[in-house]
Amino acid sequence: MKYVQNPHDLKSWIQEARDLVQAEIPPNEVEWVPSEELYLELENPTPLSDKPSIYEVPKAFLILAETVACHRNPEKWALLYCILWKLIFKDKHLLQVGLDESVRTCQVMIKQVRRDCHKMKAFVRFRALSVAENSAEKHYVSWYEPEHLIVQRMAPFFQKRFTQMRWSILTPDECMHWNGKKLFFSNGASKVDAPEGDDYENLWLTYYQNTFNAARLKVKAMQTEMPKKYWKNLPEATLIESLIEKGQAMDISRKFDAH
Amino acid sequence: MLSLSDKLAILSDAAKYDASCASSGTDNRNSLNGKGIGSAGGMGICHSYTPDGRCISLLKILMTNFCIYDCLYCINRKSSNTPRARLKPEEIVSLTLNFYKRNYIEGLFLSSGIIRNADYTMECIIAVARTLRKVHDFRGYIHLKTIPDASKELIADAGNWADRLSINVELPKKQSLAKLAPEKNAEDIEASIQRIHQKEVEYEAAKRQKPKVKPPRFAPAGQSTQMIVGADDSNDLNILNRANTLYNSYKLRRVYYSAYSPIPEPSSDLPPIAPPLVREHRLYQADWLLRFYGFKVDEIVNESSLDLDLHCDPKMSWAMRNPDFFPIDLNQASREEMLRVPGLGVRNVDRILNIRRWHLIRLEDLQKIRISLKKILPYIELVNYHPKRAHFNSFQSIECSSRLNQMELFSAKTTAANGEL
Ligand code: SF4
Repeated sequence: MKYVQNPHDLKSWIQEARDLVQAEIPPNEVEWVPSEELYLELENPTPLSDKPSIYEVPKAFLILAETVACHRNPEKWALLYCILWKLIFKDKHLLQVGLDESVRTCQVMIKQVRRDCHKMKAFVRFRALSVAENSAEKHYVSWYEPEHLIVQRMAPFFQKRFTQMRWSILTPDECMHWNGKKLFFSNGASKVDAPEGDDYENLWLTYYQNTFNAARLKVKAMQTEMPKKYWKNLPEATLIESLIEKGQAMDISRKFDAH
Repeated sequence: MLSLSDKLAILSDAAKYDASCASSGTDNRNSLNGKGIGSAGGMGICHSYTPDGRCISLLKILMTNFCIYDCLYCINRKSSNTPRARLKPEEIVSLTLNFYKRNYIEGLFLSSGIIRNADYTMECIIAVARTLRKVHDFRGYIHLKTIPDASKELIADAGNWADRLSINVELPKKQSLAKLAPEKNAEDIEASIQRIHQKEVEYEAAKRQKPKVKPPRFAPAGQSTQMIVGADDSNDLNILNRANTLYNSYKLRRVYYSAYSPIPEPSSDLPPIAPPLVREHRLYQADWLLRFYGFKVDEIVNESSLDLDLHCDPKMSWAMRNPDFFPIDLNQASREEMLRVPGLGVRNVDRILNIRRWHLIRLEDLQKIRISLKKILPYIELVNYHPKRAHFNSFQSIECSSRLNQMELFSAKTTAANGEL
């Protein structure tokens, strides 16, 4: 068995995987392990073979790998290696057919990462801080907890949208900051590092409350799209319970009677 | 004096009966080379959801709920004594920008009661959008309600600033509109929809010629409309026929169906109770079949069955009425035929077509792409699977009666503003 340390990003995984493929070590002889579990020193580096190092890998694989690499589950690395192996030595159409077990697992992971990205676009909430006392310039700061490792992936979206603002998005994994010209990344933060309250938050709650139509309560529908796990960082979520009560108190005779 | 918060409360409450909150389908743009903020394009983003299952994508408000008209189904009608408010243009601009900067919204959906006259109202609405775009270089999404009867020039101007325009046809039948909204006129509304469509056609044509100077933008996200369901005696055939005409003649992006929601102090000409929400849900499903599944209106509802079956989705209902159409051989059938199979959506049909390019479809393949076999087996045929007809018939009735119990639980994901089925 060959033990390989989990890489910390796709780039280092590609390096590792290339060596493994060249040495023709099949996926079932490789074990990807978290660095803290790696007691055995890598005293046996992958032997380099003198075979040509050019393998045709479809572009679609790299696109897939980019998204899978954002998944929080570390098993992604083994999975990717398994697919890579099959693509090179078994079936180059593997991805197009889409019926292979590992490919389908990857597709599920991709779906989860994409959904998480979409939810991050939706549920980040900024709070404005004055940059200095008496200054009109604001620094917009958000505390957000993404499910997957998507901070870097999401940077362009926020950069292109809030170009003329100075903003920071703090997350437990890493933080990103935009000063109107440049993007910076820093280490993960915690909730207490983010500001509390904002002038417009009450107006937003007023809006949320009044755009709600109590005559048509559909709590389930709300929760499929906005599961509870997101509520803790959404200021408007504090209103949900009272709004549901309001809805329930309304005439229930309008409920559809199936019989 | 009302505070900003009071006004916002009144004017968002007054605007909530409009179902649309979509922010999708406009041209791709961002702020990288701009002086302001905002981006748009692609699938739209729902920033929050309220417990009515609807998404919040836009700041949806009225400029004012004062109105000189007296549409009986509307809480803002002249004769209602609902509290009134009016937001100043700069207040709307500042709310939009500040909500946007905090990532609460994708943009603004601005509508209004009619004050003075149609043109004046339209001009006020346009002024807000123009300020957002010109003064603040705002590149987020703007949806403007077009006031029927507003002049051609104003409509063209509105389309220049807005991503989407909409005029509500309100009621499916002309007679109902005449009765319930005496100042409105179905022909005029349709003429305005036609005018917007005309402008869209001109804009598309101008773009195709690839001129050196870009032609003035016109509502890249098209136009939509809304029909109130259950406020008059229109049946589903009336409703779907009307929708179908609107889609075909004016290429509307969306028709929204809004189950009539009893308003405070309703007029006695209105039904005292709301229609079941499931009717609205079935209409959205039928609408989907018309637009993406190649169904015709008379295959869904017709003179002999005027309304949709509330107990069964319209596709299943069609399958039950047309048993001879099945089973469908998934290795031979066309895309259109497969789309008729209950339980097979557009995505899965495309997946099947893709697999077919490589090898014959077997039962295991369907399992692998996680299609619910229980649902589709009675309707299909495969190399290693041939259904018995008797099984087919008994299965359907079970399917539909089990749905009966789920009625309360039906997912409003479909009726939510983004409308995916
Ligand atoms: S025109 Fe009719 S529907 Fe529109 S706000 Fe006035 S009363 Fe309501």
